[in-house]
Amino acid sequence: MNPADVIATLTLQAGFNSAVVVAGTACLGVAAGAIGGFMLLRKRALVSDALSHATLPGIALAFLIATGLGLEGRSLPVLLTGALVSGLAGVLAIQAITRHTRLPEDAAIGAVLSVFFGVGVVLLSHIQTLATGNQAGLKTFILGQTAAMNQGEALALGALALAALAAAGLLFKEFRLLCFDPDFAAGQGWPTRRIDLALMGLTTLVTVIGLQTVGLILIVALLIVPAAAARFWTERLWVMVLVAAALGGASGWIGASLSALVPRLPAGAVIVLVAGALFLVSFLAAPARGVVATALRQARLRLAYAEQAALAAHEAGHPLDASPAIMAWLRLRGLAADGVLTERGRAAASAADRNRRLWERFLIRYPTLIPGQANWGIDPIDRVLPADMVRDLETGPAGMAHREIAG
Amino acid sequence: MLFPHSAPSIAETAATPPLEVRGLTVAYNRKPVLWSADYTAPARGLIAIVGPNGAGKSTFIKACLGLVPAVSGTVKVHGGPVAKRRALIGYVPQRETVDWDFPASALDVVAMGRYAMIGWCRPVGRAHKEAARACLDRVGMADFADRQIGQLSGGQQQRVFLARALAQEARVYFMDEPFAGVDAATERAVIQVLRDLDHAGRTVICVHHDLQTVADYFDHVLLLNTRVVAAGPVATTLNAETLRQTYGGRLGPGDVPMAGRDRAPDPGRDLAPLERGVA
Repeated sequence: MNPADVIATLTLQAGFNSAVVVAGTACLGVAAGAIGGFMLLRKRALVSDALSHATLPGIALAFLIATGLGLEGRSLPVLLTGALVSGLAGVLAIQAITRHTRLPEDAAIGAVLSVFFGVGVVLLSHIQTLATGNQAGLKTFILGQTAAMNQGEALALGALALAALAAAGLLFKEFRLLCFDPDFAAGQGWPTRRIDLALMGLTTLVTVIGLQTVGLILIVALLIVPAAAARFWTERLWVMVLVAAALGGASGWIGASLSALVPRLPAGAVIVLVAGALFLVSFLAAPARGVVATALRQARLRLAYAEQAALAAHEAGHPLDASPAIMAWLRLRGLAADGVLTERGRAAASAADRNRRLWERFLIRYPTLIPGQANWGIDPIDRVLPADMVRDLETGPAGMAHREIAG
Repeated sequence: MLFPHSAPSIAETAATPPLEVRGLTVAYNRKPVLWSADYTAPARGLIAIVGPNGAGKSTFIKACLGLVPAVSGTVKVHGGPVAKRRALIGYVPQRETVDWDFPASALDVVAMGRYAMIGWCRPVGRAHKEAARACLDRVGMADFADRQIGQLSGGQQQRVFLARALAQEARVYFMDEPFAGVDAATERAVIQVLRDLDHAGRTVICVHHDLQTVADYFDHVLLLNTRVVAAGPVATTLNAETLRQTYGGRLGPGDVPMAGRDRAPDPGRDLAPLERGVA
């Protein structure tokens, strides 16, 4: 593929059909991302997986029943109705197993998911043996057939995205309460079952409508992966939901474009791979919770502790005796040269020593206080505690009123 | 109509007991967790629910709130069924029951106490946010309003839960172990809030695990071990005999704090030795 084609596809300039597919898939991604954010926090990620797998027997049964009644078995509304019914039956089965037995939910999910999917596969192979079955093309539901999307379906996906965003906005407070603390919600009088049902219903809607596009095996990825990626970027729920919707939309957009360019590349898988790549970037690079940022913060903290310990030991009259790495760090900071402290280093050592003493006293005198975001012992105490409190620590034991300090 | 429900007027409920439980039984399996509990809460004074592990203390509270299904029995709050009294009820669940890594700030969580007043599909307005902030202030956490809840200490999280209950502006509070695993500063903050609530005429019913402090903190006690062993004023109810009935042989000799005996002077005592220790 040449770059011009890539750009043309991504910007919806590569012909009407391709534009329809790309836009429709992006809408599906937006809907799945927004709803998936709540599902993730409700700890229902796997339930949506079971839900999607449980749609297969419904699709097959709907085909068989419709054909048996002399109707057109391949009609999309018929198949999706079947998918909806058996998907919901799967979810209800999980709920019944968890409620009425002592099995944990993951066992219930595993059992329901595989049994329903197994039934679906058996029914599908039976359909293959029928005279009418060969053209049924039901297998496209398993892995999806993005390229076959027509204008009407793309519009339906657009409506789905709008509905998902509207529901997430309108029921934001209700979903937040349900996901965080359902018992408190019930105690306040909220009908938690119904709110749960609304969230589950939206998930079902996204799943069933997305079946044709991404396929029932991978649709769960669109629900969960963008949401999980979004969690790395923020500590605020509404931001997380919007970021999840954006990442889901981007996955759909880029994934559908790529698969339009490369013949025989299954779109569903490409979309999920794009989502996976976005997840990887978030996992590594997100400033708040990403692993690189976290590791850097920890390394910096460890260095600061080591530096302070070395300086304070020197101040206490010990010779400068630190590991080569710490010595290199001190040289880098201009605090040491040729194995001894520089003038700046000596000043820093005296400051570090004082800081350490004050922190120690603070710890002894106010063991229950948590000074905000401060790094215990190494942040300059004058910048963490109010001046009167520092003075008080400096002047000795006369305690001041017990109080809380914010960072 | 699902929600919200209007609060009954003060006059309508003034003469009724805050909580009236009759024959409350909860059973999941063969052995009931709570068996035919009768209890009428007094109009004034802080109430502790005390009993050994597995005695059904949390279940009692949850059954009162309708969070676990009761096999039989009735619960009335200020003379009416719980379902019609939701607006009068505040709740502090156990801290471990939620995921504190949830993307929410302390203020977000406290504002949840206002959700029922706000009603369906409407955002949390400025006035409710200010009310939530004031509740955070009452538990000494105003400076932590914007902090992600996972970054708070256990005691601070407990105070956030207490502030959320305050934000409910309830008349009867059910609290599940508000003193469990908290630091001294939190313990002082919590007991101060409870006393303020009591002075303001609110009812506070606490599951309490620490026998040593029952007599210091509470006026009434409900001794529970699957059934109600005894209930009444701490001074007359909490004694060696009732504790033996409640805990069986599981108490050591030092664990029997009777009202008036071995009383610590006041909740501030925890800090005094530490502050002296600095000298």
